[in-house]
Amino acid sequence: MAQPSAGCQFSPWTDPDEKPLIQFQSVTKSFGSFVAIDDLSLDIFEREFFALLGPSGCGKTTMMRMLAGFEAPSSGTIRLAGDDIGPVPPNKRAVNMMFQSYALFPHLSVWENIAFGLRREGMAKHFLVDRVEEMLRLTRLEKFARRKPHQISGGQRQRVALARSLAKAPKLLLLDEPLGALDKKLRQDTQFELMDIQEKTGTTFVIVTHDQEEAMTVASRVAVMDEGRLIQVDTPDRIYEAPNSVYVADFIGDVNIVQGRADLQGDRVHINWAEGQPPIIGTSNHNFSQDQSVHFAIRPEKISIWSDRPETSDETANIVKGQIIDIAYLGNISTYHVELPNGQMLKAQTANTHRIARRKFTWDDTVWLSWSATGGILLEG
Amino acid sequence: MRRLTLIAIPYLWLLALFLVPFLIVMKISLSEYALSIPPYSPYLDLSAGWAGLVKFLSQLDLENYIFLTTDDLYWKAYLSSLKIATLSTVITLLVGFPLAYGMARAATEWRPTLLMLVILPFWTSFLIRVYAWMGLLSQEGLINQLLLWLGVINAPLMILNTPTAVYIGIVYTYLPFMVLPIYSILEKLDESLLEAAEDLGCSRLMAFWLVTVPLAKNGIIAGCFLVFIPALGEFVIPSLLGGSKTLMIGKILWEEFFSNRDWPVASAVAIVLLVILIIPILLFQRNQQNQREADT
Amino acid sequence: MKRLSWFNVTSLTLGFAFLYLPMVILVIYSFNASKLVTVWAGFSTKWYGRLFQNEAFLDAAWVTIKVGLLSSCLATVLGTMAAYVLVRGGRFRGRVLFSGMIYAPLVMPEVITGLSLLLLFIGIGLDRGVLTIILAHTTFSMCYVSVVVSARLVSFDHSLEEAALDLGCSSLEAFRLVTLPIIAPAVISGWLLAFTLSLDDLVIASFTAGPSATTLPIKIFSAVRLGVSPEINALSTLMIAVVTIGVISASLMSKRASLRRHHEEQAAERGQE
Repeated sequence: MAQPSAGCQFSPWTDPDEKPLIQFQSVTKSFGSFVAIDDLSLDIFEREFFALLGPSGCGKTTMMRMLAGFEAPSSGTIRLAGDDIGPVPPNKRAVNMMFQSYALFPHLSVWENIAFGLRREGMAKHFLVDRVEEMLRLTRLEKFARRKPHQISGGQRQRVALARSLAKAPKLLLLDEPLGALDKKLRQDTQFELMDIQEKTGTTFVIVTHDQEEAMTVASRVAVMDEGRLIQVDTPDRIYEAPNSVYVADFIGDVNIVQGRADLQGDRVHINWAEGQPPIIGTSNHNFSQDQSVHFAIRPEKISIWSDRPETSDETANIVKGQIIDIAYLGNISTYHVELPNGQMLKAQTANTHRIARRKFTWDDTVWLSWSATGGILLEG
Repeated sequence: MRRLTLIAIPYLWLLALFLVPFLIVMKISLSEYALSIPPYSPYLDLSAGWAGLVKFLSQLDLENYIFLTTDDLYWKAYLSSLKIATLSTVITLLVGFPLAYGMARAATEWRPTLLMLVILPFWTSFLIRVYAWMGLLSQEGLINQLLLWLGVINAPLMILNTPTAVYIGIVYTYLPFMVLPIYSILEKLDESLLEAAEDLGCSRLMAFWLVTVPLAKNGIIAGCFLVFIPALGEFVIPSLLGGSKTLMIGKILWEEFFSNRDWPVASAVAIVLLVILIIPILLFQRNQQNQREADT
Repeated sequence: MKRLSWFNVTSLTLGFAFLYLPMVILVIYSFNASKLVTVWAGFSTKWYGRLFQNEAFLDAAWVTIKVGLLSSCLATVLGTMAAYVLVRGGRFRGRVLFSGMIYAPLVMPEVITGLSLLLLFIGIGLDRGVLTIILAHTTFSMCYVSVVVSARLVSFDHSLEEAALDLGCSSLEAFRLVTLPIIAPAVISGWLLAFTLSLDDLVIASFTAGPSATTLPIKIFSAVRLGVSPEINALSTLMIAVVTIGVISASLMSKRASLRRHHEEQAAERGQE
């Protein structure tokens, strides 16, 4: 996640005096009878690295294309720096886009690709040359300036696409699944590079992705979308630790969901989730009513796994017994799929601090799972 | 606005130079032969205003069409053309499919060369290629010389100026039109489909019949239309190779127009030919449309 | 798994032999000193000499080339426009008719097209001559160009045009600077196709030419109606030679270019990064 540098907390969205750079005001977009975006309102601030996250068909690409100018809203207004950009055609907006397929002009060299947008502006020759050279340095492509797109590798093409879209120093840069075509190692390196460049140039980035890991890594704020609507817009840590719905909890990372009924006990909420089992003790800042149907969500890494029943303490406010049905070994961590007596499956994740041969648990073992009262959160039913 | 101009320019051109002429042909087919320039009447005189138009319309009649039905020549020619076109299409398919299939099965490095070899005759003048057969098929021509030399026949065969020569000519000239669509579909054929068929119990021949042929269907249909439709109205081949014995409607139309100077009858012949062809043409366009949709 | 069975090899050999034998024979006989097909009187190029002295043929050739160049250029422009409309035009009223008018001439018997065009020219009082042939050829050629170019446009990456717009181009600039250079090979083959069709056309030219304009095909046709002619053999050989050289060199160039490109792409992926 884009952790702010020590000392300054970057959160313009909390500042009431801060004017947003982009405003979606009750925007709806329909294609015939299909509603792609449904009465959506959103503010994005300058210098943000904003991520639109969601499955295919959730509308994130449509939102991006409306910002770029390739689609127009069916109703509602989109504002850029206060002005309605609806009537402005794509070639006249201070918005540039980095395409998913890179869309590099195959008949032009890398240099000419980057210079393309600057030439359309009629920039003076020496300014143009300086700017292109600057972009080449920024993306470490100086050696490849004279080559054509088919003469460079996929990773290099991605950098050319980035350099080209930044050349005009747009107020807003849109990135459409920019890292999808790269292999995993390259993707991770490029993610940090992107964040670096964003900070250096001070441009507002809006990235569209279906990869939640990517969104969590690069973004200052993430908007989780589904079927044309915003489900939650928050910083990555809050999205992960405090999802506002089962959908968000489930979409990001791994999660255990237990359904039950709320039993209010002072500042704690007891959840009755199974016959003959002690209730789950959790906390919530949301007001639930007595006996309301709730979902208890807890991340696997928040659950500890024991071979013997642990002592009750703050850390182990909740203890249940179960049997290991499956183990997913991922090298650095293992996820244990544990079946509880009533059939509920819980996933517990621990780091593999010991080598496999010396591991304590194996298939079909009886184990104890524990977590604290604050380890999970409660969500509406 | 600019988009409308872009659409309008080719649209108007085609309307004016493709569609309107057909309407004119239709009009002329309803007119009479006249010893005038132009050799038909009535002639639409717009300066006479509305009255002129009414007079003009009242003089149109279906006399020419009736004439077509009364004179044996015409319906015999239509039938003969249909027969020749259909048979030629079938023969072209029988010759062209193995050729396309062989090309598609050839090693990948060879294919561009083979493709080029098929296309090269297509770029060469059609007239010249038909002419080449004149020399080959005549009584003193090379084919006869070869057959005589081999002892297969005793006296030269009469091939030129018979329907046989026309068949040879059509198959020869239209072969690339049959090969190319079939080849382009066969080339994209997934080899693993045939392997799957064989894995499930088909012999090579059955796999070919049950998998390859149905999948190549679109190419075969396109190829057949590309041969049949123009072949029906062919003029050059029957004229140079067919002699007076071969009746084809394209030749009849030409003679009506140039020799008899009877434009109205020629127009009627053209309209009837067009009516016969409308269904194949529409089917061809639908096939093309489906093909394009399948490709995207 | 490309195994050629004996059946494949036979059909390939017979098929290509069938396609090429007549032309090869023609070429051989153009060098035959004797006029007759039955006798080989020795190697001679005299028919070529006679050909170049034949004024009528040379005039007709000149007219044919003029008509070919003008009609093919015009057809390429109109055909490319039509292709763009077909592929990118979206819905508009009369689209079905438009699409029909583009594809119909591809299969329409030439006698019908020729007759209808002639009647049009007479009807509007346009004198038949070089201009009418050019108009006629442009009309049917543009349909072929449109088919070739639209096939290329369909597989053209639309996002390239969007990228151009995004970077500041107007629609026309985007077409000129990005689309056109990339689809150029298809446009050029469309042009070549139009040129060849025009050069080769007999029927439509016969209908739409006037007494003043004779094209080469018309001349050839009237000559061969009477039978085989050695000068025509010579002319045919020349035409075959030009086409062969053209097609082979184009094929070689494209093969070399695609091979080079392939190597460059592979080197880029392996070498750098």
